[in-house]
Amino acid sequence: MLAPVRSLGFGGVRLVAELGRMAVFAGSVLRALLRPPPRLGRLVQEIYDTGFLSLAIVGGSGAAVGAVLGLQGYNTLVRFGAEESLGAVVGLSLIRELGPVLTGLLVTGRAGSAMAAEIASMLATQQLDGLRMMSIDPVHLVVAPKALAMFLVMPLLNALFIVTALGGGYAVGVSLLGLDGGTYFTSLESSVDFENDVAGSGIKSLAFGALVGLVATYRGYTATPNAAGVSAATTSTVVVASVSILILDYFITALWDVYP
Amino acid sequence: MHAAAPSDPHVEARDVGLSFGNRVVFQDLDCAFPRGRITVLMGGSGAGKSTLLRMIGGLERPDRGSIRVAGEEITGLRESELFRVRQRIGMLFQGGALLDSLSVAENVGLPLHEHAGLPADAIAAEVQRRLDSVGLPDVGDLLPSQLSGGMVRRIALARAIVRDPEIVLCDEPFSGLDPLNVRRIEALLVRLNQRLGLTLIVASHHVTSAFRMAHHLVFLLQGAAITGTPEELEASGDPRVEQFFAADREAEAEVQAWEGTG
Ligand SMILES: Nc1ncnc2c1ncn2[C@@H]1O[C@H](COP(=O)(O)OP(=O)(O)OP(=O)(O)O)[C@@H](O)[C@H]1O
Ligand SMILES: [Mg+2]
Repeated sequence: MLAPVRSLGFGGVRLVAELGRMAVFAGSVLRALLRPPPRLGRLVQEIYDTGFLSLAIVGGSGAAVGAVLGLQGYNTLVRFGAEESLGAVVGLSLIRELGPVLTGLLVTGRAGSAMAAEIASMLATQQLDGLRMMSIDPVHLVVAPKALAMFLVMPLLNALFIVTALGGGYAVGVSLLGLDGGTYFTSLESSVDFENDVAGSGIKSLAFGALVGLVATYRGYTATPNAAGVSAATTSTVVVASVSILILDYFITALWDVYP
Repeated sequence: MHAAAPSDPHVEARDVGLSFGNRVVFQDLDCAFPRGRITVLMGGSGAGKSTLLRMIGGLERPDRGSIRVAGEEITGLRESELFRVRQRIGMLFQGGALLDSLSVAENVGLPLHEHAGLPADAIAAEVQRRLDSVGLPDVGDLLPSQLSGGMVRRIALARAIVRDPEIVLCDEPFSGLDPLNVRRIEALLVRLNQRLGLTLIVASHHVTSAFRMAHHLVFLLQGAAITGTPEELEASGDPRVEQFFAADREAEAEVQAWEGTG
């Protein structure tokens, strides 16, 4: 009778404790980022790993999503004789919502999982303890550059996603369905507000970058040090980061409209 | 019960207690590791050999009791203070724990690169010297994944001593190696002790090599330690030690019989 209540209580306490540990971890990552020497070489390597290697998947997905939006948008708009607004429809949904969210999800799957797996397997093979025995802080050398790279790379990949998606929408709407190219871009340009939409998109993707970077490194760093722990860390990174992106997206969207 | 405490302990554990959840690993553990000697840490699987080495390195904190390294109490130290103590300590992990994203030379040079403030060519020269000393002068450009298990162990040893520590902790340096590589690693460890006077603490299952190289033995049995020279322990007639050796001889005989038939 009491069991469900009790387990709910334990679950709640565990969640809060976990959030607390994560906050402490985030603090140690931030402090490591501020402490000299800066790990520029590591950072460049991590930006390459998370960013450059995600270019193809993000760009390709962007083009596909843009093409679908173009097709679907055109078919809907044409019923109201409003197909000249295609640019606005494609652009607004992309820039405000789909760009940051889908980029976040894609990068989580492509790079966040790899990040967690790498840290967890370094933990399992005692590489991180090895660093500590050499008086090197593993958070400083390994973890912080990874988290920072994720934060920096996310808005850039988001921009890439949006640009290729606009291209995909253009390809379908203009090249395939015969809309006028000038109309597409005029409609896009007149409806997208830089401060509200583009800056909002950038802020969202920075927030998602910080979130994914933090979740991936935390899950990797606190994994159980064996093979099963590595795969558990990878899976839970994808699940936790993806769900958190969707939830956080709702709140940012809601708050953005309250405080324009 | 422990044999007469060595006169000059370099590392000392006193009344150490440690549990993981319900699992009590140590209960009032007392043992000392004499300076400039080779001490082999023995005990069955799960006896806490690795855990004791990790406590000496400050990677694990005991629940209670004291651990002294070169006279300094380390149990209460913060991580940044432990970084200073660890300059005196090199650690050879069981799997080598080399960073697999760095080349062998970068691995060995990493502690110098981080702490010594030497120019790159001085580091390179020092690294080469260390690689020569473990008998692997040509592997600097390889990645750890391209090395055999025995080579990984020797490179890890080179890295462990690159900062000229006083104490070297070795966790199962012989496990998974063929007899030739066991001999090689053993010879390297003995040479470190003889030439440089390093204090070696070696956790090992390998009874034969333990008896060949040890000046001093520490047996971990049921959370406590029995210590003494190899001769003392063999002569002591302690039933628990006898039992361990008997089991080892049995296993050894079994292996030999097996190899004979195969
Ligand atoms: N982080 C940990 N969490 C829970 N239990 C642990 C942890 N580390 C060690 N233990 C337990 O402590 C005991 C001692 O482990 P340890 O690895 O020190 O043994 P060992 O003597 O090195 O064994 P082996 O010869 O197999 O390497 C084991 O029972 C192990 O289950
Ligand atoms: Mg062990």
